[in-house]
Amino acid sequence: MQKTLNPIESMYENRPKRWWIYTLTVLLFAVLLGWSSSAIEFRGIAAKGSEVAYGIIYGIVHPDPNLLFTFSTEGVPYLLLETVAIAVLGTLIGGLLAVPFSFLASENVMPKWAAFIVRALILMIRTIPSLVWALVWIRVTGPGPFCGVVTQSICSIGMISKMYINAIADLDTRILESLDAVGCTTFQKIRYGILPQLYANFVSTIIYRFDINIKDATTLGIVGAGGIGAALIQCINGRRWSMVGAFLFGMIILMLIIDFFSTRVRKKLARG
Amino acid sequence: MFRKQSSEVKKPLFDRIFPPRTIVVGGHTVEKPRSRMWLITLGLVLAVSVSVVLTKFDIGLLIRRFYQFQVILSKIFNPKWSYFPKVLDPLLDTIKMSVLGSVIGSVLALPFSIAASANIIKNNVIVAILRVLLNIVRTLPTLVIASISALMFGLGTFAGTVAISIFTFGIVSKMMYESIETVDMGAFEAMEALGSTKFRAFWSSVFPQILPTYLSHCLYSFEINIRAASILGYVGAGGLGILINDRVGFRDYEGLGMVLITLFVVVLIIDNTSQYLRRKLS
Repeated sequence: MQKTLNPIESMYENRPKRWWIYTLTVLLFAVLLGWSSSAIEFRGIAAKGSEVAYGIIYGIVHPDPNLLFTFSTEGVPYLLLETVAIAVLGTLIGGLLAVPFSFLASENVMPKWAAFIVRALILMIRTIPSLVWALVWIRVTGPGPFCGVVTQSICSIGMISKMYINAIADLDTRILESLDAVGCTTFQKIRYGILPQLYANFVSTIIYRFDINIKDATTLGIVGAGGIGAALIQCINGRRWSMVGAFLFGMIILMLIIDFFSTRVRKKLARG
Repeated sequence: MFRKQSSEVKKPLFDRIFPPRTIVVGGHTVEKPRSRMWLITLGLVLAVSVSVVLTKFDIGLLIRRFYQFQVILSKIFNPKWSYFPKVLDPLLDTIKMSVLGSVIGSVLALPFSIAASANIIKNNVIVAILRVLLNIVRTLPTLVIASISALMFGLGTFAGTVAISIFTFGIVSKMMYESIETVDMGAFEAMEALGSTKFRAFWSSVFPQILPTYLSHCLYSFEINIRAASILGYVGAGGLGILINDRVGFRDYEGLGMVLITLFVVVLIIDNTSQYLRRKLS
């Protein structure tokens, strides 16, 4: 019975055996999956499903050139520009609004209970989908791109302040003490002690959010909040596939370009 | 001599147009690049002013009609509790859609992300083509995918599940190939050197390294998916979105408030559970 194990083998024999945790996890997972598969009521492909699939592929291969290369307000370039404009303003305003929010929600600035309340508020803003925000704001501003701007300004606060809060929590406050010792004013302390620590992180967050907002702005149009979405959904429901193709083509190109540049800038910012 | 060296390194365009100032400090020449702040500011001002014109930005309108927002908000925060039984079914649909969509999407993402990692697949062409494809998948908004799949598979939760799966596939595969590329390949090479097959080496040396990250990415995408799935009903793909569309259509903001509060609670629970699990994984 007494086997002579070399150290490696004995270590291997004594490895933590957590098979029951694994079994439990797998079981739980299987139950969850089985339960959720009850939602799937696959009734086969709809009567005209294959036609739709064919239409999509046809449309993307044959985008409508009249739509793609006009500069009228119906054309793809104008609508894309409008989408970008909504995202630019929405992100900038959201980024600015998020600054007070995130300082108010930071535990190293505010008392704990106050920070908690502001955090709950931020979480609420984040949970409500942007489409719902747009539906609410549209009653205030009326349909149009301005509604999109207001919606995105509010929606962006949620995620941006969450990232800001992390940056603020990492602040090195010892610098403030040394600036105090040198005799700096409050303004100088903020300018030379706090801003340089936060600036790169904040800009990076804003650019990241801009990426998301562009994508979001393309769908806000579905409820009438401006941008390319309204025309796109109309064309999809009207099954005008070559127009759908033109819109999708424009969107894909735009987002690939923006993704490329934002990744580059953020990499640069991260490296300092 | 210094001149010659610095001209060999290709300078950015900006430094060639506005040459850096040369400062002589105690015999050493130091080049201080000109500030680019004015260029960035100029670009921002330009972008903002164009955007203001294009979006018909009107802060006055917002201030004049802000009371309207307060009216709606006060109704939302005064939810109709009797509406809850009607919320329950679509809510479960939303959760089921996102569970199933997350699982299908993440399972599909695994082989694609492995094939798109430059350290595993040595063929640059395949990696580049796959990445462009994955990028294109990621650019498609979920609502657009959902409305197209609703046309294809009929209205209902199946269309929503398809949309969520494609969306999950896009984000998980991107996050995965980025993490796979940071994997330590030393163990893999050591196993290959010992004579194991490529698959065997991958399975025992790379896979254990990427598994926790993979699960963490899946959970993260599940968190996002609950939120994304809640609005898919707007284009007819099942779930809470149908109710949201309905309530807004009838201007029943108390009912909308009930839907949103239920969603809020569910998201809170799922976010916290998933964040707890992710912390355990890392």
